[in-house]
Amino acid sequence: MISLVYLELYKIFKKWRTYISFAAVIGFGLILQIVMVYEGDHYLEMITNGLENMFVLSGNFFNGYMVAYMILGALIVHVPFLVTLVTGDMFAGEATGGTYRLLLIRPVSRLKISTAKFIAGFIYTCAIIIALIAISLGLGLILFGRGELLIPYQGITVFAKNDILWRFACSYGYAIIAMMTVASLSMLFSTMVENSIGPIAGTMAVIIVFIILSSIDIGVLRSIRPYLFTTYTMKYQLFFANEIDFTEIWKSIAILVTHITVFTGSALFIIVKKDILS
Amino acid sequence: MEKVIEITGLTKKYRQLTAVNNLTLNVYKGDVFGFLGPNGAGKSTTIRMLLSLIKPTSGSVKLFGSELQTHREAVLRRVGAIVEKPDFYGYLTAYANLEIFGKLAGADVSRKHILETLELVGLDKRYNSKVKTFSHGMKQRLGIAQTLLHDPELIILDEPTTGLDPQGMKDVRDLILYLSKERNKTVFLSSHILHEVELIANRMIIINKGSTIIEGSVSELLNASKVRVTIEVNDIETASAIIKKSEFAASLEAITQNCLQLFLERSAIAQVNKLLVTGGVQVFSLIPANSLEEYFLKLTEGVAA
Repeated sequence: MISLVYLELYKIFKKWRTYISFAAVIGFGLILQIVMVYEGDHYLEMITNGLENMFVLSGNFFNGYMVAYMILGALIVHVPFLVTLVTGDMFAGEATGGTYRLLLIRPVSRLKISTAKFIAGFIYTCAIIIALIAISLGLGLILFGRGELLIPYQGITVFAKNDILWRFACSYGYAIIAMMTVASLSMLFSTMVENSIGPIAGTMAVIIVFIILSSIDIGVLRSIRPYLFTTYTMKYQLFFANEIDFTEIWKSIAILVTHITVFTGSALFIIVKKDILS
Repeated sequence: MEKVIEITGLTKKYRQLTAVNNLTLNVYKGDVFGFLGPNGAGKSTTIRMLLSLIKPTSGSVKLFGSELQTHREAVLRRVGAIVEKPDFYGYLTAYANLEIFGKLAGADVSRKHILETLELVGLDKRYNSKVKTFSHGMKQRLGIAQTLLHDPELIILDEPTTGLDPQGMKDVRDLILYLSKERNKTVFLSSHILHEVELIANRMIIINKGSTIIEGSVSELLNASKVRVTIEVNDIETASAIIKKSEFAASLEAITQNCLQLFLERSAIAQVNKLLVTGGVQVFSLIPANSLEEYFLKLTEGVAA
């Protein structure tokens, strides 16, 4: 299985489209970092607007943690598209290119080949988030140093500098699970069609529709909200609450993992059963 | 003799369409087996079922005596195949493609072995070129290289000369004969090019609309079939008079300025020649039409009608 995963990763990282995602994450991250170099003080004033009249704010609030938090929030909503750009192509790309036929007549079970593709897709998803960590937290700390983190979430919360890193670690871990849900959905769609545009567009359409449905706070829509995975994708913010609601976090993780399992299981079932006509 | 492929009652239905209908055939060790049929006859569907890409509606496929469905991995280890056009990862080099598909087949993927295999199909100098820069003919040859990499006992080739120029077609035919004679491979060759099968296969089956029309050794089928023969003579009037008075009168189809055209059993060609020569007619040439093609068209037209 390790060699199968290696072969899939080799194919992923030999495609130029893979580097679009990394270029986008790193490019946007760099732009935001540069903007922070020049506009950081202004940004801090904006989020602490009015607080100076009520509190005495002392300490280094404009620092790498604040920049990393800001970039995480700005980029995480775009990461699903970057993830599906590659994962949506995992199966459909083989059908489009005609390589399904050569691949699936090897003396390796379809289940193993498909599982290796899923694992490689998840590793790629992790790599995107790691790039996001490097460009937001890594570069942020290098450029702006450490300090207290002031969060404008559920009011204003300030975390001491030795109480921050683990929160970022947990948030990034949660973001990986959330993006794996997106990846598994796009790979499920990828098993159903023979061109990679469909899974990419389909996954984005599902995410956009679900987000819209989640944001409309009325009757029936409110009752279906708990069943939409998009309700849970942004819950990484829970780690930046003053009192962390671990029950809610574990529930959210369980729901996302259930989605991953269902999407992955369905995709594997489809691949194992389908006639290869491409 | 050991059966390498044993297909029994194989059927594939897509809703109303029956792509393959109750097909039965056997391929023996050492055969170069021609799998003939016009476009849309069900050849590729059969090959896909042979390689477990498609599940049959009914019937069974045995390779090397084992059921494909239950021993898939063990039997596919002994098979190399091209299904329809050989598509590869265009963004990778020929070498990298062979390395990937070779690893999946459990082949020796050492640099030496890959380059040797590429040399066999004449692509060793392009090993480091991306496949997207290859012509169709080069992809066909790379396709054959990937079938050989893990040294399989059975090679399944689906229309391997399609899109090749005459030299390319000859090269592929020579390669198939080399693999059969020098390396003892069993070859299952699907084609709609009858001349190709006539040249290299020892046994064949003709299918149309998913059903078997005829199966047997190529030589038997050729000998059993009638041939359209054009005979060029010095004296057309005497020659036509001799034929009209003979037992071959019914075989005479046309008379031109200096040629007779007869539709004969292959074994009768020499008798006609002897008859004309003993009657004082000089025979300049005696040209049979592509016999298998005639035969094939007759059979498939018959089914179509």
